[in-house]
Amino acid sequence: MTIHSTQRSDDCIVFRDAAVTRGGRLIWQHGDFAIPQGSVTAIVGTNGTGKTTMMMAELGLVPLSHGSVTVLGKPAGAMNRQIGYVPQSYAADIDANLTAEQSVLLGLTGTRFGIRPVTKTQRQEAAQAMRFVGLEGKERYRLSEMSGGMRQRVAIAQALVCRPRLLMLDEPLANLDLASQHALVHVLARLNREYGMTIQMVAHDLNMLLPILTGAVYLLDGHPHYSAMNEVLDSDLLTHLYGTRVQVVTTPQGDMFVTPSPDQTGDAPVDTHTAAEVVAFHHHGAEAGAGRED
Amino acid sequence: MGKGIGFAFDPDWMDVLTAPFMANAFAAGLCIAVAAGAMGYFTIARKSTFAAHALAHIGLPGATGAVLLGLPVSLGMGVFALGGALVIGALGRKVSERDIATGTVLAFATGLGLFFARLSSSASSQMQSILFGSILTISDGQVLGFAVFDVLLLLVLAVIYRPLLFSSLDEQVARAKGVPVGLMNVAFMAIMAGVITIAVPAVGTLLIFALVITPAATGNIVARSPFKAMLVASVLCLVSIWGGLVLSAMFPAPPSFIIVTLSTLFWAIARGVQHLRR
Repeated sequence: MTIHSTQRSDDCIVFRDAAVTRGGRLIWQHGDFAIPQGSVTAIVGTNGTGKTTMMMAELGLVPLSHGSVTVLGKPAGAMNRQIGYVPQSYAADIDANLTAEQSVLLGLTGTRFGIRPVTKTQRQEAAQAMRFVGLEGKERYRLSEMSGGMRQRVAIAQALVCRPRLLMLDEPLANLDLASQHALVHVLARLNREYGMTIQMVAHDLNMLLPILTGAVYLLDGHPHYSAMNEVLDSDLLTHLYGTRVQVVTTPQGDMFVTPSPDQTGDAPVDTHTAAEVVAFHHHGAEAGAGRED
Repeated sequence: MGKGIGFAFDPDWMDVLTAPFMANAFAAGLCIAVAAGAMGYFTIARKSTFAAHALAHIGLPGATGAVLLGLPVSLGMGVFALGGALVIGALGRKVSERDIATGTVLAFATGLGLFFARLSSSASSQMQSILFGSILTISDGQVLGFAVFDVLLLLVLAVIYRPLLFSSLDEQVARAKGVPVGLMNVAFMAIMAGVITIAVPAVGTLLIFALVITPAATGNIVARSPFKAMLVASVLCLVSIWGGLVLSAMFPAPPSFIIVTLSTLFWAIARGVQHLRR
């Protein structure tokens, strides 16, 4: 296997011809890219293209059927203690009583066996993480008394409390109202700016994230590609990607927006295929570095 | 004294309470309360209350089968409950699929228990005490076994408390952080089989939910931390069992009935107060 792009020491996540097969079905293959440290990336693609699977592969929780994934310089899974992970399930009903502070503390103490009383330092760490996400004064609230947005902040504080170098969020914007979405993006921007934290998230709606994104991994045609932001924001590419007509608009403020045009109905032919179709017919040459054949 | 239906007060109740079999019943009650209080919390956090309930029924053919073979009831119960626990544990935590498999096995096991009971008259006569409990007939040996189980339970919990808690509350994150969630799942189910085995003699397989799960649910409403909730659950469980013993000595009602009534009452009051406060 020739390595076509020079691997730099400051790459956070490196895919080398990686492929995942689940239950006999090829999810994606030929993942071959490097995401730099300090970047903010979104994993985008239509439903069922394996976005969450990709995150799982980066955490070493889903085995690769081919190739390798390196995260923070070690094989996927080896550096998980330095990764903060916020799954989508934070919104699920909590049947047990637990306060916000106790939940955050589990991020520090939850993996440790044996009798270990919570130390003062650990409490301070938890308080600091909660302050960062704007949960000050809510330490004693029960999770069951909190809204979805608040619970997500608890989940993020829990992920931050161990001072991760990489933060992964699965669909962080889903189920949040506009104000909460703004607040979340603000928190992520600060984490990236002030602590240089690398952030990766699975996202459907890029608009809200555009101000902070430095790049995106798009699961377009059965394999993941990484691009810096200006390359991703291409109408044809996004239309292909989302399976519905998408436009890119540059506004006077300089922001770029990705907008599905309202007149788009089902009758206009759009050049799209389901993920399963594409995986089946779209085979690059096995050698690394093959570009997309358009 | 009034006869008829007469819920007559028994003036000699102190004599009943000081009888030797009562000492065993009180001691067994303490052991059960400690185990149920600690594990009930995890059962609720893991959304495994149905699985816990099912374990008692899966133990039923073990119990009646043991009688058939002349073995101790608790042994047969324990072996079957443990087997069931390991199978349910292997099914994972995907609730919808697991519940159907669990429920199907539950029904089959209950039927098998009935079949074994019909094969011998002694098993048949024990059926009612297995189904509804017979805390007054607990032997010295059983109490000793319960106590040993409690010590083991507390030792194991001391070691796995936090990882078990983390994996119970947030399995996905716990797995990503390196908690051996599969091992925690098997450990939980195996411990649960033990808790069920020692709790069944008190209230029987049918009423076990009110003794293992209900106090923990009340604890969740009252207390604000997992550990405090476990303490509250243990105390409520103990008060229910001991209260059941005392009241059943005073009034002609079976202990099992009063135990589950007290447990349900505490829960209903806690729910009521919680509702009014909101």
